[in-house]
Amino acid sequence: MIEVEGLTKRYGRFTAIENLSFNVERGEIVGFLGPNGAGKTTTMRVLTGYLPPTEGTARIAGHDIFTDSLEARRHIGYMPETVPLYPEMTVRGYLHFMAEIRGVQDRQTAVEEAMRLCHVQDRARDVIGTLSKGYRQRVGLAQALLHRPDVLILDEPTIGLDPRQIIEVRELIRELGRERTILLSSHVLPEVSQVCTRVLIIHRGHIVAEDTPRGLTARLQKAAHLVVEVARPTPELLPALQALPGVLQVDRSGDGRYEVLSAPEQDVRAAVAEAVVHGGWGLLELRPVAMSLEEIFLQLTQEEPPPETLSSEPSSSEEVEPDA
Amino acid sequence: MRNLFAIAKREIASYLVSPIAYLVTAAFLLIVGLYFGLTLIVMAQGQAEPTLRYEIGFMIVVFVFVVPFLTMRLLAQERRMGTLELVLTSPVQEWELTMGKFLAGLVFYLLMLLPTLLYPLTMEVFGNPDWGPIWSGYLGLLLFGAVLLSVGLLASAVTQSQIVAAVLGVAGNLLLWFFVGAPAYAVSTISARMANLLRFLDLQQHLDTFVSGTLDTRDVIYCLSLTIFFLFITTRVLEARRWRA
Repeated sequence: MIEVEGLTKRYGRFTAIENLSFNVERGEIVGFLGPNGAGKTTTMRVLTGYLPPTEGTARIAGHDIFTDSLEARRHIGYMPETVPLYPEMTVRGYLHFMAEIRGVQDRQTAVEEAMRLCHVQDRARDVIGTLSKGYRQRVGLAQALLHRPDVLILDEPTIGLDPRQIIEVRELIRELGRERTILLSSHVLPEVSQVCTRVLIIHRGHIVAEDTPRGLTARLQKAAHLVVEVARPTPELLPALQALPGVLQVDRSGDGRYEVLSAPEQDVRAAVAEAVVHGGWGLLELRPVAMSLEEIFLQLTQEEPPPETLSSEPSSSEEVEPDA
Repeated sequence: MRNLFAIAKREIASYLVSPIAYLVTAAFLLIVGLYFGLTLIVMAQGQAEPTLRYEIGFMIVVFVFVVPFLTMRLLAQERRMGTLELVLTSPVQEWELTMGKFLAGLVFYLLMLLPTLLYPLTMEVFGNPDWGPIWSGYLGLLLFGAVLLSVGLLASAVTQSQIVAAVLGVAGNLLLWFFVGAPAYAVSTISARMANLLRFLDLQQHLDTFVSGTLDTRDVIYCLSLTIFFLFITTRVLEARRWRA
């Protein structure tokens, strides 16, 4: 439904996005993830035909966004980041207007259906200027659904909502995603992992990773990470664990708690358990820790630190126990 | 075309709930009403033929300053609120937006002008005015209004700030209506050809014929082409974001 090929957008000398390529199939909910200024909004503005690409192209439902812009726009429902509303209009009046300029034939039905989907019927006669942020957000979403578009492009759909509203909007997006193709941007990671079937991580105008939320987690686990808790810790435990084959690093993270990092291809859980039991330290817990999307995100978007500092420093500081 | 009317309809509705529109209308009617009262007194005292030409001449001056306050919101506000992005990512073309906004402005302008028809009617009751110059004067006001609205719309298209749009609009109007032609009269060293050109561009010059009751198609065409020119530029400004560098 969305095909992006080598999309580049420059503002003068500043390159907002560079050589972006991705596809979104029908029925997918794809999350566009990146820190502020990564190029999410620019990409969406290009896809919706508001800004032209500097290079490359994209097709929405088979229509080129530049050469066949009007037709492409007919297939898109777009909710920009700051939900654009006319504050002096009523909810119904606004939706009628939007339906009209989108060329909807049966506006009455379309407006009522969009209001029902986004749960704003009870405020249909209210002036938009008097609505709360959550309602405005939902009116903005309703506006994007009026013409039953194949493709929904939602820029930060849950920003500024309270937790209950966030859950509602996510629920709604999941519901809508069954029949439509959705591209949504976010910098809230749990949102993306909960709602999306696929994640694109964008940083400084480049896609740095693309996978399912689960796949991304698995793929980026450079080292397996275990948490071990024991009942009777002694100073001998740390070197004992470190001596095990496959264990790269052991850190003490609390009283009786240790974090064990191992090479990803080696499962050291059995060896760790055996060592703890044999030493009589009393195994309480042994648990693998999956890297959270936050950590992956930081890892992908932070500048890579020089490799020397990574390996040498932490182990030495751990081994020297401060004398009281 | 459907989009054009949808946009115009929405805009007119939003004029009707805008306090600024009412304020501007009230101020306009107050000022031109006072002036009409004065001209009536002067005409009655001098036993002169009743005429509306001074009143229409005065309305022209007032509109130079008033119309930018009607147009300042039209595009600047859409840009500021982000609704411009929404409208232009809908299947709406830039010229439809320009024309819809212009049409809405024109309708409101006519609504403002409507109560002033009471002046010639008052004169009809108490005297015997010549309706020829009155009608041509109103035609002049209509065409002049179209020019002012298109200038104001362009001013509103280039900024997000309504205040900047209003200031630019007044400046543009003054330039067209007064300053373009002024050198032709004030500067003696100017060449005859240049003076002629400037006089031709001077909007005031073209309006005088309407006010005095002599209809000339050249003046009609002048006003219309000026309007179309500014609407065209406005559309290009809206399209400019989509030009590839």
